[in-house]
Amino acid sequence: MSKILEISSASVGYDDELILRDVNFVISDFDFVGVIGPNGGGKTTLLKLILGELKPQKGTIEYLELNSNETLFGYLPQVVSIDKKFPISVLEVVLSGLLGRNGIGGRYSTQDKRMALDLLDRMGIKNLKDKVIGELSGGQMQRVFLSRALVSHPRLLILDEPNTFVDNKFEKELYELLKELNKEMAIIMVSHDLGTITSHVKTIACVNRHLHYHPSNLITTEQLAAYDCPIQIIAHGPVPHTVLTKH
Amino acid sequence: MFSFFSDILQYQFVLNAFWAALLVSVAAGIVGSYIVARRLVFFSGGITHASFGGIGIAYYLGLNPIFGATVFAVITAFGVEALSNKFRVREDSAIGILWSVGMAIGVFFVFLTPGYAPNLMSFLFGSILTVSKQDIYLLLGLDIVMISFFTIFFRPILYLAFDPNFARTQKVPEKLFTYILKAFLAMTIVLSIRLVGIILLISLLTIPPTIANLFTKKFKNIIYTSIIVGFIGSLVGLLISYGLNVPSGATIILSLVFIFLVARFFRFIKEKINNNQYKL
Repeated sequence: MSKILEISSASVGYDDELILRDVNFVISDFDFVGVIGPNGGGKTTLLKLILGELKPQKGTIEYLELNSNETLFGYLPQVVSIDKKFPISVLEVVLSGLLGRNGIGGRYSTQDKRMALDLLDRMGIKNLKDKVIGELSGGQMQRVFLSRALVSHPRLLILDEPNTFVDNKFEKELYELLKELNKEMAIIMVSHDLGTITSHVKTIACVNRHLHYHPSNLITTEQLAAYDCPIQIIAHGPVPHTVLTKH
Repeated sequence: MFSFFSDILQYQFVLNAFWAALLVSVAAGIVGSYIVARRLVFFSGGITHASFGGIGIAYYLGLNPIFGATVFAVITAFGVEALSNKFRVREDSAIGILWSVGMAIGVFFVFLTPGYAPNLMSFLFGSILTVSKQDIYLLLGLDIVMISFFTIFFRPILYLAFDPNFARTQKVPEKLFTYILKAFLAMTIVLSIRLVGIILLISLLTIPPTIANLFTKKFKNIIYTSIIVGFIGSLVGLLISYGLNVPSGATIILSLVFIFLVARFFRFIKEKINNNQYKL
């Protein structure tokens, strides 16, 4: 087990506004971290810092050194409204996950294509490989984007709200799949939904301007309050329902 | 009929027009497929019309109008972003403003120019007579550069257009690519003005990919089909334009619209047949 990345007393933000202060955070192989916190608390900023899109204004972030044929990250961005008419096929979308590894002028090998098709097969959507992405349902689309994140066999899989806009069936399958994948790679997952997160992740990071690392997947309301991490808690019962904190 | 063709092929300007039609179809097919996929049609319309400002000023100063058009097209292509970022003007408003400011400057300077500007109509509606050898070489150069760029960087172009947030994580130099593609768009527009004119240019960019999209949904195939369809439409349009002595721009666009209607009809018939088979 080695450290994939280490953030040391990093402060990060945009131009004149710091979003996250003094973050210390380590992700090692086979970790499964759930990132929770209120909107605007800096969850996305943390991911941008990890992905290298934002540089820390103070402190450092260090990555594991890899061979040139290895990939550090697989990234599943938050569902944004994609252009449903955009002329790109499912297989092309999955293969785009290899762009960083193959270089912007690179070509795909037969092995790359086979890997992409195997992934689609694993997701149960191989028959859709030539479809235009916009013709797929929400759940199918998330499977494609997850395949895109996985096609480079990353050391760390980064998921930003993977369970928004998908049906319950896919959500269940997704968590089972993540459990399988966690045997091969570390996972960091941002979610609003603490209830589902705690039953699947190993550890929790509360992000609200600061980062509080909680080295267990069990967390109490008191601890959340201590971490200054007000979030919605969803309990699971026979009928799906939402329990709101007293206010 | 044969004598008609052998007749017209004697003239240098007809040959120039033929080559211009071919070379413009390649550039317009590539750029058109891109702007249609990325929904940049209105943006492209803005660049096209704003370039008239450069033509007007060039006339007034006695310079090459294509040079003026290039300067204005490039300024507009980059000015929209600057205007919406630095001055907080909404992007579509910024396009609309630059669109009409360019046209206004053009009209202003054309009317200040002493004497009559005989080629002005040809800039608005296109004229095969004005295509020069120099235009052909410029078009050839643009085509070669664009074909090379799109061949080598097809994937990053496609992925950046589809999902810029993800492409960035794949180390695609977003800014550089966007600038290069904007420059290609501006150059294609400027060099197509001779053939179809400012007013009709946007159709030359958008109709071929729209026809292609009826039959294929792969970006690469849309580009190929657009080039072929654009060339057929331009050629038919040029012949009609020569035969009836009307501006080439109008006949080319009408030919393309006709091809679109025929293609849409075939598509409709094909869908009917497929549906009937399904019912049986």
